[in-house]
Amino acid sequence: MSRPKLVCSALAFALILAADAHAATDADLAEIRDQIRQLKESYEARIQALEQRLQDAELAATRSSAAPPAKASPPAVTPDATVAASAPAPAASGLSAFNPAISAVLQGAYANFSQDPNKYAIAGFVPSGDIVPAKRSFNLAESELSLSANVDDKIYGNLIFSLTPENTVSVEEAYGLFTTAPFGTAPKFGRFLSSIGYLNDQHQHAWDFYDAPLVYQAFLGGQYQNNGLQLKWLAPTDTFVEVGAEVGSGESFPGNGRNKNGVGDGTAYVHVGDDVGASNSWRAGASYLQTAARDREYTQADLAGNDALVAFTGRSKVAIADFVWKWAPNGNAQERNFKLQGEYFWRRENGDLTYDSDGALGLTRTGNYRSDQSGFYVQGVWQFMPAWRVGARYDWLNPGSVDYSANGAYLANGSFDPQRWTAMFDWTPSEFSRFRVQYQQAKLRPGFTDNEIFVQYILTLGAHGAHKY
Amino acid sequence: MKRLLRLGVAGLLLLPPAVAWATLNVFATVPEWGALAEELGGDKVKVYVATNALQDPHHVEAKPSLIARARAADLVVATGAELEIGWLPLVMQQAGNPKIQPGKPGYFEAASLVPMLEKPTRLDRADGDVHPGGNPHIQTDPRNILRIAGPLATRLAELDPPNAAFYQARAKAFTERYGTAIANWEKQAAPLKGVPILVQHKAFTYLIAWLGMREVAALEPKPGVEPTTSWLSEVLALLQQQPAKMVIRAAYQSDKASLWIAERAKLKAVALPFTVGGDDEAKDLYGLFDDTIARLLKGIQ
Repeated sequence: MSRPKLVCSALAFALILAADAHAATDADLAEIRDQIRQLKESYEARIQALEQRLQDAELAATRSSAAPPAKASPPAVTPDATVAASAPAPAASGLSAFNPAISAVLQGAYANFSQDPNKYAIAGFVPSGDIVPAKRSFNLAESELSLSANVDDKIYGNLIFSLTPENTVSVEEAYGLFTTAPFGTAPKFGRFLSSIGYLNDQHQHAWDFYDAPLVYQAFLGGQYQNNGLQLKWLAPTDTFVEVGAEVGSGESFPGNGRNKNGVGDGTAYVHVGDDVGASNSWRAGASYLQTAARDREYTQADLAGNDALVAFTGRSKVAIADFVWKWAPNGNAQERNFKLQGEYFWRRENGDLTYDSDGALGLTRTGNYRSDQSGFYVQGVWQFMPAWRVGARYDWLNPGSVDYSANGAYLANGSFDPQRWTAMFDWTPSEFSRFRVQYQQAKLRPGFTDNEIFVQYILTLGAHGAHKY
Repeated sequence: MKRLLRLGVAGLLLLPPAVAWATLNVFATVPEWGALAEELGGDKVKVYVATNALQDPHHVEAKPSLIARARAADLVVATGAELEIGWLPLVMQQAGNPKIQPGKPGYFEAASLVPMLEKPTRLDRADGDVHPGGNPHIQTDPRNILRIAGPLATRLAELDPPNAAFYQARAKAFTERYGTAIANWEKQAAPLKGVPILVQHKAFTYLIAWLGMREVAALEPKPGVEPTTSWLSEVLALLQQQPAKMVIRAAYQSDKASLWIAERAKLKAVALPFTVGGDDEAKDLYGLFDDTIARLLKGIQ
């Protein structure tokens, strides 16, 4: 129903109601009907006039847009059979017309570990959750399903499910983004991957290696996800300067769910980037995350060799410095290109640690706890011909200092530096598929050297997504 | 600390924008629209071109520099037809600039104003890099540039009403001059009519249709798929029955496949500027076709 008709009907309805309240006589009714008819007519006349004006305006626009006739031999637009002017595609109709863009990512890998992946752990670092890269043999890796569309004139919405090989579904991202916010701001709300660091807000299928760098595994439990609000502001300068901050529930590692009102975590970051000539571009950033944990439990072997239950309550602060530099001859990455990236992480945790020997003595003690730990990775990926790339990565973690104070009699942290060397080779037959072989030697615990091999596939189907820089 | 941070953010928000308001900031995705905006806008526009002629327009990254420039843009001039789908939507989303979002006057799409060729009858990625809207390389036919000049001038006028007459006058002048140039090019290119050629990528569909040349085959087995030796051998076999005069490629493309086939089939490999800046002669929209036709004519000598 057109708008004026709606208005008319609404008016009519209101009038009838009002009239009804006065026990309308036939004469009244006739009068009302007449009024409605007049209203309708006047509206229709006005609509017609408007439509006529619109038509005229459109005509004028096409006339002015069509090339004004040039006096000197205008280029005749030859009606060539091969130049068949295509009519505009018929608009999709019905309920499906507003379907969101759908895309899916299918992933899998064959994995080979020389050490038992069930015992995967990083010495000297608090277990951060499920960070085991794969199981032995053939694996189905995470599949992703994403739906996105403009919600209305102000908001864009995006939902990304992750379907795990264990047949569970998790919501990786589900957020709204204000598209028309002023002053170069982009407010986002919902669940999203935090924009701290460089790799954190990129989805796994966009990474250049099969698994996350060790710093991400040790300090953020893989990737830092937030439920909350994000505000980014882009400076009105020719150089890219982005300032962002997030507040959220703080349920992700190194924090945890604390059943608390208000804000659970906060992040702040600055990203700066630009081009150097036509061939080089770069981005660098600094990020800070502050969150907290209450009774974050894990097991740790104590000095007596028992598996003790340990719980941390306190604050966790993470600082990240990141950079990425890309080179392609004249900016044409199609033939050859090189990408160098690295990130440095630092984390401080201070609070109380409760030690439960869980042994015969049934000893439970709470004491101060403070840790200062750091690490970095640096990686390079070289595309030497279209579709083919090789890459190398080096990971290093510094267990730093961990002060158990009163619990020092039972717990200690080694001084072992976990390290990993990785080599990668991949083939990208099209924008939508990639096959990768990766070998890495991981020394994550003293005396254990794990040789790991992954053969991975990534397939993308559906809507054409754009990848972040 | 928190107070300091708040003060800092407030201060940053209040900073006067570094860009001058006097001129219209135009963000052109590819060099041809940058050149056209300069023809029409003169000194009233400040044009930033996101890519250069030596870049494959299908494969551009959403670089920080592009996001920063899109933030300051009053008008984005794009080809559309999914040419820029791999990067422009992301750039526009991250730019935090409501003026240039699709549907707003600050977003101008050229492909919707010209008759599109090679519109696929079926959409399947098994057919390669398929563009549902048709072949997006519309700038290889100068008549398309002429078709876009009028509406683009109208758009500039709409965004910058005080200079509306200026844009319309320049559009009129450009249309006359370019129309004459096109007539000349058509005259020069008369010997090219019916000439059979090979293309490396289906990038010259509009040029071929305009000059009445005949495309025998493409060196890419499917659009956007790198030529393979087996496919090139098939093309060689095809050339036995349907000989071609030359093989043409865009300046941004590798010459490997072209030279391979040119050597074996004894034909000329011709690199065309493809867009403004593709070679030293293609300095503007006139030089682009002066040079394109000169090179094609050399190819049939």
